[in-house]
Amino acid sequence: MKLSDQFEQRFHAMINHYPTKRSVLVPSLLYAQDELGYLTDELIAEMAQRLDLTDLEIRNVISYYSMLTTQPRGKFNVQVCTNIACMLRGGEEILDHCKRKLGIGHKGTTRDGLFSLEEVECIGACSWAPAAQVNYDFHENLTPERMNEVLQDYRRKVHQQENC
Amino acid sequence: MADVNITLDGKKLTAPAGTLLIEACKNAGIEVPSFCYYPGFSLQGACRMCLVKIEKVPKLQTACTTVIGEGMIVTTDSPEIHQARKSMVELLLGNHPLDCPVCDAGGECELQDMTFAYGAAESKYIDIKNHREEQQWSPVVYFDRPRCILCYRCVRVCGEGMDVWALGIQNRGVASVIAPNKEDHLECEECGMCIDICPVGALTSGAYRYKTRPWEMKHIDTTCTHCGDGCRTTLGVRRADTGIEIVRGDNRDKSGINGDFLCIKGRYAFDFVDNEQRIKQPLIRKDGRLTPSSWEEAFELIGRRFAEICGREGGRAIGVIGSSKTSNEENYLLQKFARVVLGTNNIDHHRTGDFPAFARALAGKLDATASMRDVFKAPAMLVIGNDPTNQHPLLAWQIRNNVRLHRSRLYVINSQPIKLRRQATAFAHIPAGSEAKLVALLAGDDSVLDVLVSENTPREALLSLRDRLRGEQNLVIIFGAELRGEEMARLVKVGSAVSGAKFVCLGDYANSRGAADMGLYPDLLPGYLPVTQGKTFREEWGGLPDAPGLTIPQMVDAAKAGQLKALYVVGANPVARFNIDPFAFAKSFVVMQDMFLTETALIADVVLPGANAYEKSGTFTNTCGDLQLLRKAGEVTGTKPDFEIIVRIAERMGFDVRKLVPFGGGMWADMGQSRGAQSGEADRHSVWLEAHGLETKLSPFDPMAILDEIQRLVPGYHVSRRTLLSGTDQHTRIGGPGILHNPELIVPANDDLFTSGTLGRYSRALNSVLENQRRKPVETEVAAD
Amino acid sequence: MADLVSHPDEVKIVSKRFGQGATDIDRYLELDGYKAVQKALGIGPDALINEVKNSGLRGRGGAGFNTGMKWSFVPKQSPRPKYVLCNGDESEPGTCKDRLIFEHDPHSVIEGVVIAGLSVESHVGYIYIRGEYRYLSNIMQKAIKDAYARGFLGKNIFGSGYDFDVYWHGGAGAYEVGEESALMESLEGKRGIPRIRPPFPAVVGLWGGPTIINNAETLASVPHIILGGAEWYASLGPPRNGGTRLFCLSGHVARPGVYELPMGYNLKKMIYEVAGGIADGRRLKAVVPGGASTPCLTAEEVDVPMDFDSLMKAGSMLGSGGVVVLDDSTCMVKFALRTMQFYQHESCGWCIPCREGTDWLKKTLARFHAGEGVKKDIDNIQYLAENMLGRTFCPLGDAAAMPTIAFIKKFRKEFEDHLEGRPCPFEKEGVVKQLPVFA
Repeated sequence: MKLSDQFEQRFHAMINHYPTKRSVLVPSLLYAQDELGYLTDELIAEMAQRLDLTDLEIRNVISYYSMLTTQPRGKFNVQVCTNIACMLRGGEEILDHCKRKLGIGHKGTTRDGLFSLEEVECIGACSWAPAAQVNYDFHENLTPERMNEVLQDYRRKVHQQENC
Repeated sequence: MADVNITLDGKKLTAPAGTLLIEACKNAGIEVPSFCYYPGFSLQGACRMCLVKIEKVPKLQTACTTVIGEGMIVTTDSPEIHQARKSMVELLLGNHPLDCPVCDAGGECELQDMTFAYGAAESKYIDIKNHREEQQWSPVVYFDRPRCILCYRCVRVCGEGMDVWALGIQNRGVASVIAPNKEDHLECEECGMCIDICPVGALTSGAYRYKTRPWEMKHIDTTCTHCGDGCRTTLGVRRADTGIEIVRGDNRDKSGINGDFLCIKGRYAFDFVDNEQRIKQPLIRKDGRLTPSSWEEAFELIGRRFAEICGREGGRAIGVIGSSKTSNEENYLLQKFARVVLGTNNIDHHRTGDFPAFARALAGKLDATASMRDVFKAPAMLVIGNDPTNQHPLLAWQIRNNVRLHRSRLYVINSQPIKLRRQATAFAHIPAGSEAKLVALLAGDDSVLDVLVSENTPREALLSLRDRLRGEQNLVIIFGAELRGEEMARLVKVGSAVSGAKFVCLGDYANSRGAADMGLYPDLLPGYLPVTQGKTFREEWGGLPDAPGLTIPQMVDAAKAGQLKALYVVGANPVARFNIDPFAFAKSFVVMQDMFLTETALIADVVLPGANAYEKSGTFTNTCGDLQLLRKAGEVTGTKPDFEIIVRIAERMGFDVRKLVPFGGGMWADMGQSRGAQSGEADRHSVWLEAHGLETKLSPFDPMAILDEIQRLVPGYHVSRRTLLSGTDQHTRIGGPGILHNPELIVPANDDLFTSGTLGRYSRALNSVLENQRRKPVETEVAAD
Repeated sequence: MADLVSHPDEVKIVSKRFGQGATDIDRYLELDGYKAVQKALGIGPDALINEVKNSGLRGRGGAGFNTGMKWSFVPKQSPRPKYVLCNGDESEPGTCKDRLIFEHDPHSVIEGVVIAGLSVESHVGYIYIRGEYRYLSNIMQKAIKDAYARGFLGKNIFGSGYDFDVYWHGGAGAYEVGEESALMESLEGKRGIPRIRPPFPAVVGLWGGPTIINNAETLASVPHIILGGAEWYASLGPPRNGGTRLFCLSGHVARPGVYELPMGYNLKKMIYEVAGGIADGRRLKAVVPGGASTPCLTAEEVDVPMDFDSLMKAGSMLGSGGVVVLDDSTCMVKFALRTMQFYQHESCGWCIPCREGTDWLKKTLARFHAGEGVKKDIDNIQYLAENMLGRTFCPLGDAAAMPTIAFIKKFRKEFEDHLEGRPCPFEKEGVVKQLPVFA
């Protein structure tokens, strides 16, 4: 299957870093997912073929890692941490706020396909709690108001892209 | 390896260095429980049931992952250990459905046993249990996640043991689940090993589920009736209206030559037994139609016609076709019947391997054949031709696991990229039909190189393969029907350059080797003795025809020419197998005994309902020459074992059956003082039995009586009867002198994992798998881990 | 990206270059960068190991094993290649220090990896960074590329004739992968299931070769030890607890943040002086001193030096340096539930006690917190946790059990207050907690 040049560059560079081919699997899946939105059957077959693995082995690996998914989700994946440090400083309120604001629950996706919501475990922002990640961007010291702005920013970004 | 000293529960012991603690305990008679540990497969340390206390180590340690060390002091049970194990069981029971009353595994479940042993009776868990719907993964495999305790035995047996890798683990944490290779279903060899090895009722078999409670069955160990490998299968049987019903086939008793292994046929394809098309009454052709009759009427008719033909035209007017699926005793009896009662050498069977040539090639050599057990232990193996994965699944299992567990070197030479190449140290891919050339190359003839060289296999690869083989010792050489006749002698010569080389000649059916050994040949007596040299047998039997008889194709020709007046077919289907024109036998009196109305029934005048190998006692010889016991498991009212049928026909022909079967015993016993060929035979048998506490009631229908004669007269069969009767396989030596036949008389069965000649056609399990496969695209082979 | 804080009591070693623009390799060189590795090239393996051993540096990931000692277990001769693996899969709740190192000082980690490699005569190192830290992966990849460009990595590093390669590797979301043998499995492209030990990674690690695995902070400390000397480093902390460490103060403190303090710094002082005390004029209730897996200390127990041995004596662990402070508005049942929810989510599922135990405890705690608890639940929770302890395949089970046992033992009264249908006394009014729907 056709993957981006950037993916291919990364993949072919990485495969030389290890004595076994399958070592590239986890980071490659994540990079592929970044491009495709989720890990499609086609991609799984492609990786299996490239790395001399079975589809089953690839699926077993995918299902182990919480960031990897075989289900489509929104353009922006809002991941709110509610683990202990965030919980103490209002992480759950941020999550509830997002649920209300986006009208979706844990692992839900908005109807326009823009946002998905996920309650996640510690993302390493404990001293700046509560925190959330939208895709890979960290947003810290959140309040419901700050969260509104964050979501608004992403919406604006999409509109700008669409208008260009 | 050197021994180390350990102390187990206060007992001072020594055990070889490198032994796992759990095995050391087992050898010392101390049972350390485990779910995930399974000998021969990779270590898991997952179930934590085998926790033991090792002195100077603060935490409890898993005995399954600990290698014993010098001076190790171990406690295998204490209140702390007991509590640890009890809590594991409690934790498992938290999400376990406790549907034991309907679970297939109920009564033979390791989790039940552990719960009982560790007294985890109180249910501490009051939350809702995790649930998932049961899934059907294939016609024979069902999976019930809630019952699964995640011991990963199934994953390992499928991957490491079978090299199929169809099972994996999906998700993590409490959501972890065993997953089949095609998301919601399996595409695999359907061997059912995963089901057999499952300690609980998570994996259940489509053939057995919800049929019975385990304690309602009796368990009979017998020998599988399908391919030539001779696996032991344990049949679970119970009484039924129609006799004795076989409910389950599995591998409960792992002591057979197959150890842990059974394929789909051994496990599920016993179900031809109660196929509704089974004949349960003799049929006689009247006005062109096969019409139900009584046994009496049938025997009377056959006895009369055979006697008439013999009397009028002599035995040469009768042909006899035997079977590769009847017992040694029946085969021996059948050829004796042909030669002694009918007075003809017109006897043949469907040949799938050239055993007479094999016998000829090995004549005079001792210990030249390998047993099925040897294959698992040999330091090196050479496989020429055949596709053991599909045609000899046990042999393939032995080869694979010998490579995996003992690092044995495997050399594969084949015209196809057969799956065993994955275990091979070297694989030579040669053009189809060039196997004989290959043997010539191995023998040193470099002129054949040009024929053998291909893109896949360059010249150097072939030469280096030859060099490597010459450097091996105790090599086991296994070959398929690609090699016949003279080529075998050449191969044996190649082998004799390797010290300790042993051979396996592959034949396809459950008793193909036995049929050959017992002399179902027109020119060979039992033990590959040419009829022209039959002095022993002539003396024993009091006369036998000198001239070689007719082969099956010759019988057809003779029938067409009106010379063959009768044909007696026992457990074979020559019409389909040899594509015989049914009208060839239009004028012959054809008697057939079988389970089903096969194509051969079209030409039969009398059809007798025979019993199959699961319904009789006797012995089978597998393709390696391992002699094993058949034990009667099932019974279908209205059928008779072939042995009894043959004896009754002889009796109706007016023959003294005592000359056919040396039975006796009790107060009528011939005490061994009278004259005659079999004098004392039965008495030796009964004295022997008495001496070993094995006395049985003897009748002319007892195959054990003829086994005495076989053991006495057939070279190589003089093995320990006691060991045999205890259920252990006994390796027989192949006799000589053997003979060269027209190689075209060999017709390989070409059965694969899901077919089994006529038997397969009547197996629901095999048919359901085949049908299921037809619905799916062909799957390519999967890569190993 | 994350805000930096500072306090006069700090001794900045690992955090020395934070905020100094040291991601730029030239700037890093100005700040004494890559001097340690050049010095190390002239020292020789045994002396390097001794230096690190004598510095009293102990694993910053949580277990606190003497780093030099760990390196010394690697066999001198090995038929298979040896490897260095930097564990940057920072996932322990309460911990956010490696993130700052990668963000501000990636070259110090590279330098640490190379020095570790020199000490065991390895030629390849991997820096594994958790998948969520994508921006840090980008920073690290650039740093590695820059180091190669300068000849600090690759063939003949610094003209020494020694070859050393460093590669980045990324995760994809799994706490369990922080366990060193699971980390290796993950790097090999498999599910992060821990391996059976022994053999330990120092003998049989990545692809069967001897492997050093250290936390990012540990490795980032190494260059400073090589430059400053073992004696100096050891003198910063109490005996056998050399140096400083990054403490991540979080929760109900006025000035949360990552502070670098000498080992043995008093916890009470850390909370009340360094982090500005409890916010909003509330009172201290409990502290989780070293990440979610360490048993909590009550307000009365916080007058304790923050080093491995002292905390062990106090019945807890120094762990990963994540200090989570709880004030008196915190419901301990809820805190215990959230902690268990984490372990239930992150259990790899390999062994029975962890897989089933965390799920069972989570369900019981959830029901309990929702007011559906029965009296025997309290004993059951303790019974279950105690039966997990020390019996799981890897330390994750212990990590789940230890804090739970502490919560029950130290705050039993609060558990009892939830009994008999009473709503959680700490929930704000109007908040109705639903029983968790069966997942």
